[in-house]
Amino acid sequence: MSTSTVDTTDDAPVFTGIGVVAPNGTGTEEYWRATLEGRSGLGPLTGFDTDGYDLHVAGHVTGFDATPHLPARVLAETDRWTRMGLVAAGWALADAHAGAAGWDPYEVCVMTASSSGGNELGQREIQKLWHQGPGQVSVYQSIGWFYAATTGQASIRHGFKGSCSVLVAEQAGGLDALAQARRALREGHRAVLTGGTEAPLSPYAVTCQLPTGTLSPARDPARAYLPFDERAAGWVPGEGGAMFVLEHPRAAGERGAPHRYGRLAGHAAGFAPDGAGRRVLDRVVRLALDDAGLPPAHVDAVFADASARPGADADESRVLADVFGPHGVPVTAPKTMTGRLYAGGAALDVAAALLALRDQVLPPTAGVRRPAAHHRLDLVLRTRPARLRNVLVLARGEGGFVSACVLSR
Amino acid sequence: MRRRLAAVTGIGVVAPGGVGTKDFWELITSGRTATRGITHFDASGFRSRIAAEADFVPEDVGLGPYERTRLDRAAQFALACAREALDDAGLAPGQLPPERMTVSVGTAVGATCTLEEQYVRVSSRGERWAVDPARAVSFLYDALVPGSFAAEVARYAGAEGPAAVISTGCTSGLDAVAHAAALIEDGTADAAVTGATEAPISPITVACFDAIRATSAGNDSPATASRPFDRERDGFVLGEGAAFFVLEELAHARARGVVPYCVIAGRAGRANAFHMTGLRPDGEEMAEAIRVALRQSGLAPEAVDYVNAHGSGTRQNDRHETAAFKKSLGEHAYRVPVSSIKSMIGHSLGAIGAIEIAACALTITHDLVPPTANLRTPDPECDLDYVPLTARRRRVDTALCVGSGFGGFQSAMVLATPEALAA
Repeated sequence: MSTSTVDTTDDAPVFTGIGVVAPNGTGTEEYWRATLEGRSGLGPLTGFDTDGYDLHVAGHVTGFDATPHLPARVLAETDRWTRMGLVAAGWALADAHAGAAGWDPYEVCVMTASSSGGNELGQREIQKLWHQGPGQVSVYQSIGWFYAATTGQASIRHGFKGSCSVLVAEQAGGLDALAQARRALREGHRAVLTGGTEAPLSPYAVTCQLPTGTLSPARDPARAYLPFDERAAGWVPGEGGAMFVLEHPRAAGERGAPHRYGRLAGHAAGFAPDGAGRRVLDRVVRLALDDAGLPPAHVDAVFADASARPGADADESRVLADVFGPHGVPVTAPKTMTGRLYAGGAALDVAAALLALRDQVLPPTAGVRRPAAHHRLDLVLRTRPARLRNVLVLARGEGGFVSACVLSR
Repeated sequence: MRRRLAAVTGIGVVAPGGVGTKDFWELITSGRTATRGITHFDASGFRSRIAAEADFVPEDVGLGPYERTRLDRAAQFALACAREALDDAGLAPGQLPPERMTVSVGTAVGATCTLEEQYVRVSSRGERWAVDPARAVSFLYDALVPGSFAAEVARYAGAEGPAAVISTGCTSGLDAVAHAAALIEDGTADAAVTGATEAPISPITVACFDAIRATSAGNDSPATASRPFDRERDGFVLGEGAAFFVLEELAHARARGVVPYCVIAGRAGRANAFHMTGLRPDGEEMAEAIRVALRQSGLAPEAVDYVNAHGSGTRQNDRHETAAFKKSLGEHAYRVPVSSIKSMIGHSLGAIGAIEIAACALTITHDLVPPTANLRTPDPECDLDYVPLTARRRRVDTALCVGSGFGGFQSAMVLATPEALAA
C-alpha cells in the first residue's frame, strides 16, 4: 500500500503515452499526419441553429463517436468533454502499454485540466428543469456537469487510486496539470494519467464566450485564426485535447516502457494582473528555463500561445525577442488548425511538441501568410525538419493565467 | 535541513449563521444550527426544501459596485474571506513580493447561480435550445469558467505567482489548500492566499441532489435536519460559504514576528476508483489518505487530539468514514473526539473542506472542540465519540481534517502547532 517505494531523486518525468482527440484528427497519428500536412480542422460553427451568433468558425471534432470505446453506463453518465477525455486516456494508456505495467493502484494518479465542465449535459438538464420541472432532472447531472467528472471517471475506469486532482486555470491549466503531476511523481507516485480536454461548442457555452470580444467574427475558416499575421483579429474556439501517461523515469525504465516521447524538464506559472501580461510572461519563460537548467540558446523551438489578438501577440513576440533575440528561435502555432481548446489546448500543444521531438520536425502555423514584420519572429509557416533537443510550450488564459513548460528529448 | 512547512497566519470565513471568523466560531461552538427553509428562491416544487444559507450582505464586507453586480456570489464570498484573512495576517494586499505569492481556490460547482440565472434569461426559461446570445451579459464568461475565482482573488491580493482553481468535488477545499501548501513546501512560493468557496443554493443544484436523493427531506424541522452519525439521518443539508487563509512558509511568518494558528503538517488525497457517488463500506482509501498524511507529519495516530469528520449525514458516508478512522487510527479512533460541523452549517460542497480547516485551526487555538449537533440517537454502526450536542474543552495541538467527494476523492490533512511537530 505504501507509495514511497519509488526513489524521488530529481529526475525529470518522462512521457510514455499519448492520446489525442482533435478537430483535425482523432487518434495521435491521424492528428499528427494532418498537422504536418497543414490540414486544418476548422469549419463552420454547427450543431444548433447559429442564427444570431457572431461566431461562424469553430474547431469541431467531426465524427467523434465514443460508443465503441466506452460502456453504455459511462456514456449515459458523461458529457462530450469527459467522453473525449476518457477515449484519449484509453489511447494514452494503450500507447504506454500500461496494462502490462503491473502498477499498484495507489501508485498511479489521475490529474486533468478542465475549464468549463460538462456544457452540453448541463444545458440540457437546466433546460429540463426550467421547461419541464424539477422532477425531470437526470440522476447524472450531479456527476456529469461538474469539473471533476473526467478525473473521477478515469480513476474508476482504470482503477487508479493515487492522488487525483482537477486543475482549472483557464487555457493555461493544461500545462499546470503537468506540473502538478510532476509534483505527485516527486512525492512518490509512479505514474500519472494527465492532460485535458474541453467541449465548449454547445449553444449556451458559446453564448458565454461571445461577450469576451476575443473571438474572431470571420466567416472564412482559412482566415478566422491568424496569430502574428497582419490580419490577426481574434481566435476561434475548438474542442478536444490530449491525455498523457507521465512516469517517473526510473519507474518507466524498470518496466521497459516502449515509448519515451520526451521529458518534462521545466515548468513555471504566474498570474498577470491587467497590464502586466508581458512582464509576467517574460518572468515565467525565464523561470521555466531556469527550472529546466537550460540557457535560452539551448531551446530549439517555441510552441507559442498565439492568441491572435494584436496586443497579446505583441506581448508574446516581444518576450520571445527579448529572451531569444529577434528571429532567434523557430516559433510555431499548429493550433491554427484546431482553434483554441481551452483546458485541452495546452495539452494538445504538448502532444504536438512531443511528436515534434520524436520526429525532429516542426509543424506549421498553417494559414498565416503575412506575418507582421514588427513581431520579429522566425515563424514556422511550412513544416520544417529541425534538430530538436528542447522545446518551450507557452499558454495563457483569459484573466491573467500564464504558464510555460520545457520538454526535452 | 528541516523541510519547509506552510503555516496558517490568517483566516477569513463566510458561513451560514455568521459572516466573519468570530461569528463562525461562536456558532459552531454553541451547538446552534444555521439550517432553515430555503429563502434564496421558491423551493416549493422540490423534494428537499432546506439549506444552510449565509446572511451575506456584500456592502457590509466592503464589496463595491463592480463586485456586487458582476461577480458570482461564490466569488464575492471569496473576496470577502481573502480580505479578512489578509487583515488577520496583518498584511495589506501587495505587501509581500507578488511573484512569491500563489493563489489556490477550491470550488466544486463554480458560478452555478449566475450560470443558471443567466441561462433563464437567454433561453426564455428553457424555451430555446439555441439560446439568444443578444441577451448575454458582459460578464457571462467569468461564470462559465471558475478559474475566474482564482483570478479575482489574485488581483485583489496582488499575487503574481501561480494561480489556479482546484475542483475535485466535495474535497476541493482540502485539496486547494493542500495544493497551496505543496507550492510553499517545494519552494515555488513563500506565501499563499488560498481557500475555497461555494454558493450552490440554486434550483439546478437542489434538483440534481433531489434526483439522487442525497439531500435530507427533513423539511418539517429544518433546524435538526442535518444529523451526522445519528440513526435518523437521511442525507446532507446543502450549504454555502467560504473560508480563506494566508499561508506562509513557517520561517517567513516567524521573521515577521507572527505566531501562526498552526502548520499544515501533512496532506494527502487518494481515490476510491469505485463509483462516482458510492463508497466502499470498508473506507480503505480514506484510511490510506489519513495514513499518508500522518506519515508526512511524522506524528503517530495517538498524537491526533481531534478529528474533524466529513460527517455529511448520508447513510453511507458516516459508516464509511467511521470504518476509515478505525482502520487508520486503530484503538485511538475510539478515544479521540470526532465531530461534524456540517450538523450546524450544512454541506457547502467544494467550500466545506476549507471551512473545516478553519474550524480545526480555531480548535487548536482555543482548545475547544466543536460538537456534532442533533446527535441524539446514535447509529449503532457509528460507535466513536462524536462529541454530541455540546462543545468540549480539551487541549488540542494536532487535528485531523478529512473529506470525501463525488468522483471517489478522499482527502486528509493534519494540522498541528509547530511545537507539536518539534516534540
